[in-house]
Formats: sequence, structure tokens, C-alpha cells
Amino acid sequence: MKFSNIKYLILRRVVQLGLLFLYFTGNVWGWKILQGDLSTSLLFNKVPLSDPFALLQIFATGAIVGTNVLIGALIIVLFYGIIGGRAFCSWVCPVNLVTDAAAWLRRKLLIDKIERKVWISRNIRYYMIIIALIVSAISGLAAFEVISPITILNRNIIFGIGSGLGFIVAIFLFDLFVVKNGWCGHICPLGGVHSIIGKYSLFRVKHTSENCTLCMKCRVVCPESQVLHMIGKKSITVNDIECTNCGRCIDICDDDALGFTVGKYIKENNKESK
Amino acid sequence: MGDKEKKEQITPRRRFFTDMAHHIGLGTMGVLLWGGYAAKAKSNPLTLRPPAALDESDFLKRCIKCGLCAEACVNRPQNIDKDGHQKPGTLKMAKAGDSVTIGTPFFTPRDVPCFMCDDIPCVPACPTGALDIAKVTNPKTNELDFRMMDMGVAVVDVHSCIAFWGLQCDACYRACPLLDEAIKLVYNRNDRTGKHAFLEPVINPDVCTGCGLCEKACVTEKPAIFVLPREVAQGKAGDHYVKGWDKKDQLRVGNRKEEDITTHNERSKKKPLDYLNNNGLGL
Repeated sequence: MKFSNIKYLILRRVVQLGLLFLYFTGNVWGWKILQGDLSTSLLFNKVPLSDPFALLQIFATGAIVGTNVLIGALIIVLFYGIIGGRAFCSWVCPVNLVTDAAAWLRRKLLIDKIERKVWISRNIRYYMIIIALIVSAISGLAAFEVISPITILNRNIIFGIGSGLGFIVAIFLFDLFVVKNGWCGHICPLGGVHSIIGKYSLFRVKHTSENCTLCMKCRVVCPESQVLHMIGKKSITVNDIECTNCGRCIDICDDDALGFTVGKYIKENNKESK
Repeated sequence: MGDKEKKEQITPRRRFFTDMAHHIGLGTMGVLLWGGYAAKAKSNPLTLRPPAALDESDFLKRCIKCGLCAEACVNRPQNIDKDGHQKPGTLKMAKAGDSVTIGTPFFTPRDVPCFMCDDIPCVPACPTGALDIAKVTNPKTNELDFRMMDMGVAVVDVHSCIAFWGLQCDACYRACPLLDEAIKLVYNRNDRTGKHAFLEPVINPDVCTGCGLCEKACVTEKPAIFVLPREVAQGKAGDHYVKGWDKKDQLRVGNRKEEDITTHNERSKKKPLDYLNNNGLGL
């Protein structure tokens, strides 16, 4: 395997594990680089960062919160909304490590070729957002935050291991044996929120169909393979909001038909003027 | 024959209503399952929260589960032992199986009590206001005041407390950061020996903050003094009881006459004697 085939994968793992390490040091050694956890953090002991979905759920319970959390959520929305797109899911979220491992093992074991495929809608995540807000309003408890495997795994790493890890294993098994990319690609409402936030972001994957040899490796490896509908057909950016900008398609492509680009509109306009 | 085929065709209208039913049905199922779990997840009245936490239901609404309070607690400069190693923090983030709403901060005094820091580092760390800084800010000096902390209240089980047996033990009394205020020793004559005294620890719930240093210090196998949330540990006499001997409390009555403060209802209009004459006793 060439380095260029795992470049973004390595970079992503460095970012994911690096952030987890910084969170860990914030608790264990009191380092003031990144404190808190993924629901609310403090960067350099100054800049607040907050999960906008957690904040929405708190609002749904009818509670009012401090301004720091509002500013923190705004920073996150602006960052992913303008730059990163749905990059949280593949570059930050610790559950991505688990579900990527399941997807990898699934490919290695040829499970898709053997097992009966179970189909569930990829839109479940958006219904999950609505249900989470309704349940929050009824129960007076931020509903997704009490079951979220993202923060459960995150806190397990920062504050010590607890029995919540069983839930993480369950998601691994679900992705491995039930639905391909089941959790991240179908169910997770936080992924849905980040999809919506990243709708107009500048960072995009771009396809050059002239270089494409139709090997379809990209569609095999993509956790949201429906977003790559243009492969071998049109030279456009990937504009579907579910693309996580993970860059696996770019890594795996041997024909230089995929790459990152900044600004979906600029590229599209160029195409039209040709 | 033609009619039957027509009936089984799925019209756009049929599809629309079936899809509607599908979405509403699954949505309702989701709300019921998830709501059931959420209702269960929040019901533990015995949880001890950090100082200045809002009432449990408001606290659960606001807490974003970031752990900044717990990090401030464990990383406070004074939290090191004699060898310079860091000690475990008081506040823990609830894990699955802790029987506390997952991800929320709590503490277990018999493991690590609250040391009632002067600067109360956990409270200003809260970004959402689930720990309300106003609750521990002295209005007179406008400074943080650890005496205003309220995590719970200590309770003594007089049957297992050896001081109530007549043995001399004042471990909790000595451990209390509000010495001789939150716990007082009440001297009683020990009639069994005829020449000794009971030194009975009695808690003043108005002063006790529920830090749990007494519970940690207690010498019995399972602590005979322990902290419970105030809601659980204390009763309530009700507003209609007025302490006539307490001038301040007596003010609540004001200038009202006896008729004004007597209950008036259907039954009180009748005389007590009528009750007997009308076979009220059912004889």
C-alpha cells in the first residue's frame, strides 16, 4: 500500500487521537489546552466550544444557559458551516474510529457478499433529531445526551472507563453484522445536525471524471456512498450534505480523479462557462 | 372482477395516507421508547450534586455534561498528597451503571468528600449555569462564600453511632469544617454507668452544607453519619404552624384575628355537638 493511499486516513487518525489526548490531559494533568469534552470544551482556557445539538436539546427542555455556551456553539456552527462541512464526523468524533473499524472488518470478511442485506433509510438521523427534541421537551432531560455513544466514549477516555463501553461494542456489532455504516450513515442525529450545518461549507471533494477509470473503489470505501453519484459521469464537487470530507475516496483513488477543493460554487461556475 | 383489481391498486392518495401513518407511527414509537428511557434515566433522588447546583430537575435540564467542574475539582492546586501526587477529585462524571444520570457530576462522600475550598473552583467553571454562582456568592461582600454551599445535609443513625452507646467518639465533630456549628456535641447523663456522659453529635441542618467530611471520618464499619440530599433528609412542618414563642415567626401571623386564621369549610359551619346528634359516629 502506497502512502498516498492512506494519507488522509493517517492525518484523520492523528487529529482524532490528538484531540482525545488533549482532552485526556485536560482532566488528568490539568493541561489548559483543551478542557471539558465534546459537549462543551474550553480551548486554551479561554475560547468556549459547544455542541450545537446539545444546546438545542437544552433549549428544548425549556432551560436558559450561560452566554459562554451560546458563543461556543456559534463558533462551532461558523467553523463547520463555513469551512469544514460535516468534517466533525470523520475528523473529530471518536465513534468514527469504532465504526470505521467495523466497516473495514466488514470489507475484509466479505460480509456484504455473504449476509442478507438489511435496508434502513439514511434519513432516520433527521427524524432522530426531531424525536430527540420532542423527548427533551417532554422529559426535561437533553435526550440524546443520555444515550449518545459519542460523548459516552469521549467521557470514557477522559474521565475513566465505565460500563457504557458496552453500548460502543453494540454499535460496532451493529455496523459489522446488521447494516453497513449503520450508525454513522443512518441513525446518528449528531451526524444529521452536522450534515445540515455543513450545507454551504467551502471545503469539498471534487471529481474529475476525465481521469476516472470506473474502478469504483471510492464507492466501496465511502461511508456515505450515495454522495458519490457523479463518479465517472460528471466533473463536479460532492455537494450532498452527508459527505463527511473524510477523504477516503481521494486516498483510495489511483487515477487522480478525486481531490479536495475549496469553494463548490467557484468550481461549478467554471464548469458551466466551459 | 374488474372491480376487485381496482380496489387493490394503490392510489396516490392511499400511498400518501399510508406513508403518513408510517412516519407518525414510527415517530410515536421512537418518542415512547426513548421517552421511557429518559424518564428512568433522571430518577435518582439520592444523588449528591456539586455545590451551588440548581434544584435537581433544573440542574438536569441545564447540565451539558462537559465535566469542566470535575476537572476544576481534581486539578485544584491544593489537591495533592504529601508526596506531591495528585489525589482523586471529589466530583465524578457519572458512567453507565452509577445509577446517576449518565455524564452528570456527582460525589460520594465516603469515597472522597467535598473539602469546601475557599475559592470553590468547580462552580465558576460551569458554562451553562447548572451550577449557579449566585447561590454561593455572599450578597454582602459579593465574594464566593463556602458557608453558602448546599450539597445535602448530614444525618446520624443513632442506633449505630457509638457515641450514642456511650463510647467516646467525636470523629465527625472534629472533621467538620464548620466546627461546633454544623455538628454540636450534646451532653447527656449516662444512667447505665451513673458517672459518664453521652457526647451525642447533633446536626444543625441550617448550617450543614453536606460536604461529607464527617461521613468520611466516621469510624464505624459502615458510616453512622452520612449525607443525604436535603429534599430526602428533611421534613417540612408547613406554613400553618407558627412558633408562638418565636417573635420572628410570630410576625407571620401579623395582626390577623382568630377568625381569619381559622379554617372555614362546609363541616366547620356545624357545631361539634351536631356531629354526635346526627349519628356522625355511625353508632
